[in-house]
Amino acid sequence: MPTDESQDLIDLTRQICAAQLAPIASAAEEAAQFPGDTFALLGRSGLLSLPYAEEHGGGGQPYEVYLQVVEEIASAWMSVAVGVSVHSLTCFPVAEYGSDQQRAELLPAMLSGQTLGGYCLSETQAGSDVSAISTRATASQDRSTYSVTGSKAWISHAGHADFYTAFVRTDDHPSKGLSCFVIPADTGGISFGTPERKMGLACDPVSQVHFDRAVVDSGRMIGAPGLGMSIALHALDSGRLGVAAAATGLAQAALDLAVSYSKEREQFGKAISEFQGLSFLLADMEAAVTSARATYLHAARLKDADRPFSKQAAVAKLICTDAAMRVTTDAIQVLGGAGYTRDFPAERYMREAKVTQIFEGTNQIQRLVIARQLLRG
Amino acid sequence: MNIVICIKYVPDAQADLTFSESDNTTDRLGVEGLLSELDEYAIEAGLKLVEGAVGPDGAASTVTVLTVGPDRAADAIKKALQMGANAGVHVNDEAIHGSDAVATSLILAQAIKKIGIPDLVLTGMASTDGAMGVVPAMLAERLGLPQVTLASEVTVEGETVTIRRDGDLASETITASLPALVSVTDQINEPRYPSFKGIMAAKKKPVETWSLADLGVDAALVGLGAAWTTVESFAKRPPRVKGQIVTDEGEGGTRLAEFLTAQKFA
Ligand SMILES: Cc1cc2nc3c(=O)[nH]c(=O)nc-3n(C[C@H](O)[C@H](O)[C@H](O)COP(=O)(O)OP(=O)(O)OC[C@H]3O[C@@H](n4cnc5c(N)ncnc54)[C@H](O)[C@@H]3O)c2cc1C
Repeated sequence: MPTDESQDLIDLTRQICAAQLAPIASAAEEAAQFPGDTFALLGRSGLLSLPYAEEHGGGGQPYEVYLQVVEEIASAWMSVAVGVSVHSLTCFPVAEYGSDQQRAELLPAMLSGQTLGGYCLSETQAGSDVSAISTRATASQDRSTYSVTGSKAWISHAGHADFYTAFVRTDDHPSKGLSCFVIPADTGGISFGTPERKMGLACDPVSQVHFDRAVVDSGRMIGAPGLGMSIALHALDSGRLGVAAAATGLAQAALDLAVSYSKEREQFGKAISEFQGLSFLLADMEAAVTSARATYLHAARLKDADRPFSKQAAVAKLICTDAAMRVTTDAIQVLGGAGYTRDFPAERYMREAKVTQIFEGTNQIQRLVIARQLLRG
Repeated sequence: MNIVICIKYVPDAQADLTFSESDNTTDRLGVEGLLSELDEYAIEAGLKLVEGAVGPDGAASTVTVLTVGPDRAADAIKKALQMGANAGVHVNDEAIHGSDAVATSLILAQAIKKIGIPDLVLTGMASTDGAMGVVPAMLAERLGLPQVTLASEVTVEGETVTIRRDGDLASETITASLPALVSVTDQINEPRYPSFKGIMAAKKKPVETWSLADLGVDAALVGLGAAWTTVESFAKRPPRVKGQIVTDEGEGGTRLAEFLTAQKFA
């Protein structure tokens, strides 16, 4: 930890996670309740705005510290950690590309801890291929407003968010025709689809967001017209680190569960942890978690030092989420039949791990990003 | 409104608590310590009172936390400042080690006089280590303040503090004139977590460290030597032995009765 305050911050996070998140996570996931109270608590505690400038209400923390907070939260409750990461992602365009006026006007509310954002990039026909986005924003005659029409898909926090950071078409050019808007949730013409019936992450409600001639002030366009693709991809470089850290925390939780179970469960007259065949499985899980953490921290430190980190962020997302998938699967193996039941969280961890290999760029897309940068020039 | 809150740094109750081999006092060095949980309620109560209070003269309220303890007790002050208290006072002196409640109340009283008698002195209902719960009463006596203890609700209006004390059979409402000392129970509120902004702000808040000499307290009146009681010896509780299982083969009731009689339970 770089400073005493960041250590205090991690201690605070652990305390809140142990007392307020971990005890209710399993039941809330079972009931698929949106954790509004939990986000409010994190917001009050200043944990929803850590990586942004203090002058706009952020915590002014480096990614190295912010991501470890995300990891801690994920160990207690994955859906909430994903929510924290998504919210950070939604603030990124304004913080990095907004004008001084936009930052002064929009960021204080976004970073207040009292609001939550949704990130509207994907559409049913535009998943990995962002350039296929068809939702369109048309300027009014005097160019004071835009009218937005189209449907976004897979949007986390849909229906619960206070604002949507949306990437929509202002021109026909596939990649250079996208623009970024921050749209208030109470804008007329916004409606939501039925929530997707997902395999896991039940407390992260995901559904379509429909825009039907939703009128948005021109002042809410972030960056120049046509800059949307570039903003979205840059935001994802940082967002991926959030997913990487969350996946690492999830893997750590699965490992902790497996270790404690293996010391208690006895077969053949001794604890199963005493069988080398099983303890080596645990050792491999530990190696996977530790190396995953080192990978995301490496990328974070590059980012904090203002060095290029896009390739390392893609590596971290790939390594951490694959580690989470393997470690959570192996945790079930360690628990045996008990691991396959809903009486233990191992099976939930595994279901939660799977999506980390898919969202914020599938792991195939991460390889594409890595290979492109590797082979460039 | 000015408030002084007395807080204590105690060994973590989750840890393996023991006594020091050398002088039979609570071992405070070998275990992790923290702000006594029961004092968090007093801090929360104090912060709530000043947040709600708008002084007629518009004067700013100050919440000062006061602790008597070794170097690491600074952590308790830090936590209280992170929660929102404005200033801290740490009385730290080698000679204090081993002080009993009588001596502790003397040191606290002198420190509060040096800070300046506030409108309200707040304390928890007891510490989570010593758990005697007598310091508030002794302190009130030494300061000549009315003591209203075990509050599960506290309000201040004008020059009057009103508390509710919940007993087994009845709830009492008690008022006292300010300045006064109030001890609060763990039913009074839900202590807040520090926020990250609180953590950052705490760095800049003033903390004074005073010795016994600063307070004009004679070292001979405090510490292990001056304590009215001493711990002669201590022994770890023996590990629990396995219980005896009685299989009921018709005469289970009789065997149970025999067991209880033999153990003098009946
Ligand atoms: C729970 C959840 C939450 C989400 N939250 C959000 C959100 O908040 N905001 C948002 O905008 N989106 C969100 N998404 C959408 C997510 O980002 C997309 O699902 C993801 O980008 C993949 O797109 P797709 O599902 O259309 O898959 P497709 O793009 O159709 O991919 C299908 C398969 O083809 C592979 N593939 C595609 N292109 C290539 C290629 N060029 N080379 C090799 N393989 C390729 C993919 O790797 C994948 O295996 C969320 C998704 C889920 C499941």
